[in-house]
Amino acid sequence: MSKFITILEGLDRRWIFLAMAISVAGPILYIGITGKTLPETPTPAARAVYKEIEALSPGTPVLIAFDFDPASGGELTPMATSLVHQCAARGLRMVFIALWPLGPQLIDETIKRVILADYPNLKEGIDYVNVGFQSGNEAVMKVMLTDFALAFPITKNGVAVGDVVALKGIQRASDFPLLVEVCAGYPGAKEWIQYVISSSGGKIKMVTGCTGVQTPGLYPYYPVQLNGLLGAIKGAAEYESLVNSSLAPKDSTAAIPAKYLEAQRRMGPQLGAHLLMIALIILGNIAFFAQRKSKVRATS
Amino acid sequence: MKPSKTWVIVVAVIVVLVGIRMSIGQGMARAYVQRVDQSVEVKANEAHGASTEKWTEWHPVAPKKFEAAQKADPSQTKFAFSWANTIGLWLAAFFTLAIFSFLYRDNPGYRLAEAVIIGVSAAYWGVIGFWDTLVPKLFGALTPTLVHDQVLPSLPAPTTGQVVAMYFALALGLMLLMRLAPKGGWISLWPIAFIIGVTAGLKIVSHVESDLVAQTVATFDPLVQPVVGTEGGWMLWPTIWASLANILLVIGVLCCLTYFFFSVEHKGVAGRAARVGIMYLMITFGAAFGFTVMGRVALLAARIEFLFDDWLWLIDPAGKRIVEVASAVGSMLCWW
Repeated sequence: MSKFITILEGLDRRWIFLAMAISVAGPILYIGITGKTLPETPTPAARAVYKEIEALSPGTPVLIAFDFDPASGGELTPMATSLVHQCAARGLRMVFIALWPLGPQLIDETIKRVILADYPNLKEGIDYVNVGFQSGNEAVMKVMLTDFALAFPITKNGVAVGDVVALKGIQRASDFPLLVEVCAGYPGAKEWIQYVISSSGGKIKMVTGCTGVQTPGLYPYYPVQLNGLLGAIKGAAEYESLVNSSLAPKDSTAAIPAKYLEAQRRMGPQLGAHLLMIALIILGNIAFFAQRKSKVRATS
Repeated sequence: MKPSKTWVIVVAVIVVLVGIRMSIGQGMARAYVQRVDQSVEVKANEAHGASTEKWTEWHPVAPKKFEAAQKADPSQTKFAFSWANTIGLWLAAFFTLAIFSFLYRDNPGYRLAEAVIIGVSAAYWGVIGFWDTLVPKLFGALTPTLVHDQVLPSLPAPTTGQVVAMYFALALGLMLLMRLAPKGGWISLWPIAFIIGVTAGLKIVSHVESDLVAQTVATFDPLVQPVVGTEGGWMLWPTIWASLANILLVIGVLCCLTYFFFSVEHKGVAGRAARVGIMYLMITFGAAFGFTVMGRVALLAARIEFLFDDWLWLIDPAGKRIVEVASAVGSMLCWW
């Protein structure tokens, strides 16, 4: 036992890095080859996101903000894909905006991956529009409350917003009954709640998908100020399974496309990494108490 | 065996495995593109008549599409191997591994990757700042005709108020740059004071509204939270759970506030409440740590998935290639 404790105390941290790499890589290989994913049971926060979108009637304008960049893509791309998937299937009028400079490119990628690939009947400028990026953070949000066209005068493709059919009847932020926010930091969901949701007097509902780092800070807003919350990759996997199960054709045995299983695929590596973390925490505690016991013995 | 020798062996094994992977099955890390001919009708105006502009775009495509097209017609030109995208793929893999290599120790590969990321990010922010902020907002207001004719034909004409505001913003911006001047650095304090004042004014109102008032209201929930079933009666367990959640919430808020209330010595009832408050805080920190780990593992998984899928062609969840990937992995393991 004492030899084991000595090894633990002098363990090179790089062995832990290697163990972590194996614990993540192993499930990725297994899931990648077999195609099997872990079952998910959606929590109320993920169900609430689904319900809020499902409650809107087809043709309703919905504001979708992509406030993240590729650095957080591993966590947020799967939920962005599923959110757009549900909105497109529901026939909502999707107005995409970004307060992060790389947002418009990510919006284009998502449109290509979901709308152009699976919903070719939806027309750009009519059923959806990428309004693009606007600098100014909270100032843009404040301006949107009174004048959407002033905050976003032209779309990403250089068309005046007044000429876009998808934006017909949109004067201000409160003309959108729902704001769907995918965010990785500042400006993000917290700022939208502070500057738009709180000022709208309950006219706008908001659901969000955010990174794991942000999630604990956003839970206090749910369910009063925030109507639904997808926390980290776990929230994304829950929501993804919910959307997939509701949109899958009942009489078909066709496999779900891999792009709609991205979050669920990433739960395998999560399991491996978390099991390793738990094992390391237990081993660390054993080493700590054994060391303390030996010190007490040595002193007495 | 010394750790350094062990790690050299680990790296050597990885390099050998990659080498083997390159030589078996379909190989690895190649990118293909599809030719897409585009055209647009240009309407006639005062400067020129109506015309049709044509150009060719090359869109990334799955390897199996190239292979299928090549099998059907070896002389086809619609699909092609892309040197640019393939080099990009290898660079992405190299930089990913270079960043990971820091976990072993600092090295020139990691420093190169770090420098490239910082350089590219700074350049990108510079370009974004110019084209997305200065051009449409500042130049669009001060030189609307030039911007309208040369860059953004759809940009609406600015109002007088916007033009005046932009002159004010330009003056503040120039004053801010005085910080770099050898003399007159104090001038930059004025725009900084303006920025701080406006930000504080905006934030105070929004924080009071959304965080202080709304969060306080949300805490004043009834301790007993009845959950009504479809038949109109109370549902026992949901009611117990919902009520318990509210009770724990109220206890947690009061105890955490007690912990941060230093006007009373933390003894007796106040001390016990503060101790419960610490427990709540620790649970909160634990939850935050857990979510952070989850987030970081998700990012790690995304990078490893990229290496296995796009670079090594070991897995193929999206079905981008024809040959069964499992067989490639199997043959690789057999070889090993």
